Amino acid sequence: MKIHKYDTVIVGAGGAGMRAAIESTKRSRTAVLTKLYPTRSHTGAAQGGMAAALANVEEDNWEWHTFDTIKGGDYLVDQDAAEILAKEAIDAVLDLEKMGLPFGRTPAGEIDQRRFGGHSRNHGEAPVRRACYSGDRTGHMILQTLYQNCIKEGVEFFNEFYVLDQLIVEEDGVKKSAGVVAYELATGEIHVFQAKSVIYASGGTGKFFKVTSNAHTLTGDGQAACYRRGLPLEDMEFFQFHPTGIWRMGILLTEGARGEGGILRNKDGERFMEKYAPVMKDLASRDVVSRSIYTEIREGRGCGPEGDHVYLDLTHLPPEQLDAKLPDITEFARTYLGIEPYTDPIPIQPTAHYAMGGIPTNVEGEVLSDNTTVVPGLYAAGEVACVSVHGANRLGTNSLLDINVFGRRAGIAAAEYSHKSDFVELPENPAQLVVDQVERLRNSTGTERVAALRTELQETMDANVMVFRTEQTIKTAVEKIAELRERYLNVSIQDKGKRFNTDLLEAIELGNLLDLAEVMAVSALARKESRGGHYREDFPTRDDVNFMRHTMAYREVAADGSDSIRLDYKPVVQTRYQPMERKY
Amino acid sequence: MATPTMDKAEAAGKGAPEPGFADSPYIKVTFRIRRFNPEISEDAEWQDFEVDMDPKERVLDALHKIKWDQDGTLTFRRSCAHGICGSDAMRINGKNRLACKTLIKDINPHKPITVEAIKGLTVLKDLVVDMDPFFQAYRDVMPFLITKGNEPTRERLQSPEDRERFDDTTKCILCAACTSSCPVFWNDGQYFGPAAIVNAHRFIFDSRDEGGEQRLEILNDKDGVWRCRTTFNCTDACPRGIEVTKAIQEVKRALITRRY
Repeated sequence: MKIHKYDTVIVGAGGAGMRAAIESTKRSRTAVLTKLYPTRSHTGAAQGGMAAALANVEEDNWEWHTFDTIKGGDYLVDQDAAEILAKEAIDAVLDLEKMGLPFGRTPAGEIDQRRFGGHSRNHGEAPVRRACYSGDRTGHMILQTLYQNCIKEGVEFFNEFYVLDQLIVEEDGVKKSAGVVAYELATGEIHVFQAKSVIYASGGTGKFFKVTSNAHTLTGDGQAACYRRGLPLEDMEFFQFHPTGIWRMGILLTEGARGEGGILRNKDGERFMEKYAPVMKDLASRDVVSRSIYTEIREGRGCGPEGDHVYLDLTHLPPEQLDAKLPDITEFARTYLGIEPYTDPIPIQPTAHYAMGGIPTNVEGEVLSDNTTVVPGLYAAGEVACVSVHGANRLGTNSLLDINVFGRRAGIAAAEYSHKSDFVELPENPAQLVVDQVERLRNSTGTERVAALRTELQETMDANVMVFRTEQTIKTAVEKIAELRERYLNVSIQDKGKRFNTDLLEAIELGNLLDLAEVMAVSALARKESRGGHYREDFPTRDDVNFMRHTMAYREVAADGSDSIRLDYKPVVQTRYQPMERKY
Repeated sequence: MATPTMDKAEAAGKGAPEPGFADSPYIKVTFRIRRFNPEISEDAEWQDFEVDMDPKERVLDALHKIKWDQDGTLTFRRSCAHGICGSDAMRINGKNRLACKTLIKDINPHKPITVEAIKGLTVLKDLVVDMDPFFQAYRDVMPFLITKGNEPTRERLQSPEDRERFDDTTKCILCAACTSSCPVFWNDGQYFGPAAIVNAHRFIFDSRDEGGEQRLEILNDKDGVWRCRTTFNCTDACPRGIEVTKAIQEVKRALITRRY
């Protein structure tokens, strides 16, 4: 076991982690731990754009953006956080441009902007061009630009280091962060990183679904590490299903395709979104569009022999426009479906895309151990966190914005905290939990297989807690997950070695997915209303009287070592916007 | 063990009837994988696995089926599974490709499909190579915007034409398919390799950048662009369709004319 000491440790090297690292490296001795190489992070898969009311191409302002974000989140958004997001968006985009990001340009040479779902002029009058973009590879350009600037700033990376435990020490009744424990993939060695500040920026948890746009590596490791140590998870029942994933594969096809004029059609060729969202049509918010697609499918208007998908139609758009604005997604259609998007519509279905919930933080990125108490030295930003700027449903292009605004804030706050604080003493045997976990899996002779359990988990999640949910389906999922968690104790792996043991890491990742799936399902069961991405057919309307509040899920451990989930609730921060019925 | 040459194998696959594709989409495909684990043996060896595949599936799907259902010790990197993250560059039938962008139907599935680690970088285990020299070469070309003078209040202006000038090389995902397909790089690891030059190109031809001279001097080095023998392997290998050789030629021309 090796022990390292840093002022600031950042867990994850996607957009949020690297944006934080650029700030914290300037101010404090910083280490970035990533289970991949930085440029492999899933920020690179984001396509369509990053919202900011630059008003380069038409009238816009950050107040309209704030309103759209709150309305898009079905009023579960903390309004103070949304205001910061929209206000700081403008500098976030300009900062990236100055770092070298090659944005698309207007004829005047300014940053060009395109339409995106839920972003509107003057509180819902009509779509507005607010998304700054770089073709349909905006996330790729952000990830590359941030990595390039990390090189420029001399950021220290530990590549292929998996953080498996968060060290929490209680001093005078206050929970404090002492550091993290990591597993080095190349050698199997365990490392303890003692740090004054820790920032989680480890991304989402979409891999508990089968049809998902998420990478194989998005297994909620940061959420799980904190949750296991008694920290709450906020609003985990809210998961976004992106309307346009490639049929059966889930690969993302950007909403920018509809921003450029693409149209969703059912088997009769009908532009069905006109029925569900008369003003915004195909550019309504993602939860609305995904439900509309499944309504079409359920009512027998789906496409194909099994009627299980609809079409994204780009055939009326000039090929030059597709080549210039949507080169990657048109190539995906050609590569994976053998379809020519110039002439043929693309079969799509909603795909599990983004966790609105996560580790609760305040607007400085400080992690909360309950509704109000900060954990000194612990921060989170990006998809792993819940500020909450996305509420019950995130608007497209607000995640690339989130990672930049709150990644930057967390990086500054964590580095400044490290200046005024001492190291928290490490607990005795700091690596014990990880050592035990790794040894148990390596030595297990159990009969259960990781892949089989993961497939069963993904299938139950797709069947029971996707776009439409009922008490019955959620209960089915809860029971199945409990069964899988029991069987997980009996999994074994084939690779017993120390060198690049990805067999072992997949087993650990499955444990994280199971814990988080349970939190999601239990949180969803208790929320007896429909709001944003959480739609209950047995409670089809929003219930502001009883549920205008954030879910806070805690892991409780009984004396016999068994665990259960305790749910609590946290008020939503409301400033200037009163909840209204959401119409697009 | 004989390795079928890629071109013949592929030529045989194209235009041939697709037996068994009509009823069940699944066919039996043999994957011949180069295994290496120094914890067990210093020697690498080929191992065959038979897998039921839908020809529309990816080679990455096959590797997962092997790892998940047959042999958990098979080791490879992967993440996004759709050609964006650059983790899974490997030699498939003798040619560098991303496993997640290579469909079974696009390579001849009726003969064993060979899969091995990319060349020119040290193999650490099975299909995993040491990427550090590759990323070091990338860092050496100063892959970040260099500007002089004060920053503007708003964005720097750039015309759509100037933006388009370097668009092709912004697509790079640092997968190393190009660099590890380059015969010069195989023979001399000191050579920067195509990927680093592509990323230098991305900045040299960016109208906002003012570090072109510095980068050109770095690339004028004995291990720089002049080592390129224009074999076009890199262009063939690039999963993003970047015209890599052309970009290298443009850098060479810029070195001669000092115009970019």
